[in-house]
Amino acid sequence: MAFPDIALVLPLAIGLVAAALAARLGGHRAAIAGSVAAGLAFLAYVLVSAGAEGGAAPASAFWSVPSLGIAGGLRLDGLSLLLALLITGIGALVLLYAGRYLQGDPRLTRLVVLLLLFMVAMLGAVTADDVITLFVFWELTSIASFFLVGYDHEKAGARKAALQALLVTGGGGLALLAGLILVAMAAGTTSLSGIIAAREAVLAHPAAMPAMLLVVLGCFTKSAQFPFHFWLPNAMAAPTPVSAYLHSATMVKLGVYLLARLSPVYQSEALWQDLLTGAGLLTAATGALLALRENDLKRVLAYTTVTALGTLVLLIGIAPDLSATAAVTFLLVHALYKAALFLVAGILDHETGTRDAAALGGLRHAMPWTAAAAVLAALSMAGLPPFVGFVAKEIVYEAKLATGGAAGVVAGIGFLVNAAMVAVAGLLSWRIFFGPRRPTPRAPHDPPKSMLAGPVLLASLGLLAGAAPGLVGAWLLDDAATAILGRPVEVPLKLWHGFTPVLAMSAATIALGLLILLGWERLMPRLRGVAAMDRFGPSRGYDRALARVIDFAEGTTRAVQHGSLRGYMRTLLLVAALAPLAVLLARGGVDLPESGGLDPRAFAFGLVALGAVATALARSTFAAVMAVGLVGFGTALVFLTHGAPDVALTQFTVEVLLVVILATVLIRLPVKARDIRTPRQRAGDAAVAVALGGSVAMLLLAVLASPFDPRLGEWFGENSVPAGHGRNVVNVILVDFRALDTLGEIAVLAIAAFAVIALLRGAARPLRPGN
Amino acid sequence: MDASLILRVSAPLLLWVPMAVSVYLLIRGHNAPGGGFVGGLVASAGLVFYAISRGQEAALRAMRLPPASWCGIGLLTALGSGLLAWLDPSAGYLTHRWWFPDISVTLPLGTALVFDIGVYLTVIGTITAMVFALVGEETG
Repeated sequence: MAFPDIALVLPLAIGLVAAALAARLGGHRAAIAGSVAAGLAFLAYVLVSAGAEGGAAPASAFWSVPSLGIAGGLRLDGLSLLLALLITGIGALVLLYAGRYLQGDPRLTRLVVLLLLFMVAMLGAVTADDVITLFVFWELTSIASFFLVGYDHEKAGARKAALQALLVTGGGGLALLAGLILVAMAAGTTSLSGIIAAREAVLAHPAAMPAMLLVVLGCFTKSAQFPFHFWLPNAMAAPTPVSAYLHSATMVKLGVYLLARLSPVYQSEALWQDLLTGAGLLTAATGALLALRENDLKRVLAYTTVTALGTLVLLIGIAPDLSATAAVTFLLVHALYKAALFLVAGILDHETGTRDAAALGGLRHAMPWTAAAAVLAALSMAGLPPFVGFVAKEIVYEAKLATGGAAGVVAGIGFLVNAAMVAVAGLLSWRIFFGPRRPTPRAPHDPPKSMLAGPVLLASLGLLAGAAPGLVGAWLLDDAATAILGRPVEVPLKLWHGFTPVLAMSAATIALGLLILLGWERLMPRLRGVAAMDRFGPSRGYDRALARVIDFAEGTTRAVQHGSLRGYMRTLLLVAALAPLAVLLARGGVDLPESGGLDPRAFAFGLVALGAVATALARSTFAAVMAVGLVGFGTALVFLTHGAPDVALTQFTVEVLLVVILATVLIRLPVKARDIRTPRQRAGDAAVAVALGGSVAMLLLAVLASPFDPRLGEWFGENSVPAGHGRNVVNVILVDFRALDTLGEIAVLAIAAFAVIALLRGAARPLRPGN
Repeated sequence: MDASLILRVSAPLLLWVPMAVSVYLLIRGHNAPGGGFVGGLVASAGLVFYAISRGQEAALRAMRLPPASWCGIGLLTALGSGLLAWLDPSAGYLTHRWWFPDISVTLPLGTALVFDIGVYLTVIGTITAMVFALVGEETG
């Protein structure tokens, strides 16, 4: 290994340091610093991967918790490298862009810091070689997404969208955690490479299928698969740089990433194939259809992202070698063109003041550079040669045609979906930048270089990669596909395949796409008019489910937290009375201890009984407190006469304090001296009291009747002096043998004290009489 | 509430006698009934009586530090007493160490007593914090 173990931690550390630095710098300079940091992290990954020897994936096991069976660590194989480079590379461009896009916005610093933290979480998630580490980073990306979607937190829509994204992906995250734990238990290791190596054991486990379903569910919510796709378009409430980064290029690919990562384990399972193929197809089709009925540029792009994610899941579900290469190629291509188009959409919004696709047109003269970037990216999206999008589309078609039985359906739907993508690509380039110039709220011109850099660079990369697909394949994609398949694969990527059926399909796709584009102006409103799509979508289901959860919570709160102190006390005491009785009955009744005759020391019990009766009969609360004190002193006497002077001493002191405290408090409380309960209430309270007393008495009798094991007491008695140098066994246990327990107890005491201070500081005043 | 003259005059006595008793209980606790917990309770009782007779302000002044600080110091003392165990690398945390200085009578001194002092201080802090918070300000 040419690099030390810690090398893979370096990019994460760079991100964290940059986040701290950005918080200090603030504003535009924070964005620059973040961009530089992301670039450095990119460089670090390139160096580490170049330094890897003999094809072995660099790994670092820099942390582990053996007692929990966690052997955490990071690992950088082909698939991780592909994603890490996308995350850091696009991250650098997006941060640069964001600094200008939101210049002057006081919240820019927060955005930059969140983006950097998100980047770190993403890098951790895609390089983690341990499912628990992966899960923690996975959830961190959801949390970062929550804050970024809710960037405009003063808008109700943004708050709702943020919560929706969090609940959907977080809910899926819970399923994922359960699934990963089951898988890890089956494999006997939490290490991802270990799980893949233990494929047979994972599949043979009785809970193998539930585990798989849970993991798939988690991945589907994260990658916005049908029926969870609805959160993604709503997440467009985030500023455009966030949408470009999180919700098209990186975070939503995390689910795809984990599916690809676990593909070596499950790829031969029929259920896995059916599930991924089915959900992928449905998602792709839904996304394409919904994209055509939107006119907000960002929502159009969001739905095409849904389509792309569906296609990726579909490709992972298809078994043959070709699909793995197709998946990684399409993943790269999509990240490049989609991020570019999102950034273009942001520029349009920024410069013209509108994101309505129908309101924009003929902008090529006003913003030539933006137009160039948009056209390049759109051509890649439409899959025209010589762009890398063409390479991807060809190989995706080939993979779909090789599906086997369902090839016709898969390729047919794929054809229609791709035609829709061609139409959308035309919409985003041709319609907006060519044709008649339409009036816009602001006079548009090209944005500054820092905003142009991202889209221009990403779109040009699409062209470059298309010109030399074999090079990209050998450098990045072969290794990534190998990771998905679990065996070496080498599919030479070519721009020109000759005149094949696939080429004919491509041509037909473009023709149909252009037809849709021409009819878009009429098609879009008509599709939009289909209200059923709004009424019966899963988005509605989410709203209803959420409303029901809130209703349920309100109902239980009303039932349980009714606000009556007497009611709370009654519930507590009844549970305390009935729980031991239930246990005793379940054990088959109570054994009574043998009676040893009347002990002269029993006089103390008489005192206790006297106190109890006096308490019950007391007319005023004050008298009742005093009488309860009598019970306590009687109990202390029992301790004293039965050989526990230490406990007795404590009991005496506690009783003194208790009576003093209660008396002092009672003097201050505006308590009515007279009992205001109705006879009925008094009878009910008496029943509760008798139940509790009876229950405790039974419990004590049962305890006395059970055999007593004196070994522990004897051991402490024998070892107290030699080991603890003390003759007071109780004290030696407290401060020596069980000192750690005592430490915990006094910590609890202190915490209780702080809680009382916090609770009563505000309430102290109303406790006074007269208030 | 105005305390009676008798109570006010005897207040210092009611403070210092329980204090002395509590320290006695604390120290002898290892070999006879007593210990940090009971000692702390007795000391708290003394402070609460003092607060009743002279006012909470006076009791807080007598304590020098706020009750929460007593809790903190107590916890740190107990925690710290365990750290000395690491003078012997093989011993676990909170393994007490003992010294037997030979001054006419053998006097066993150990970190166990330090731990108990921690308990004592924490108990005083807790009880006084709770009582003073419950009872509220006596004056102004």
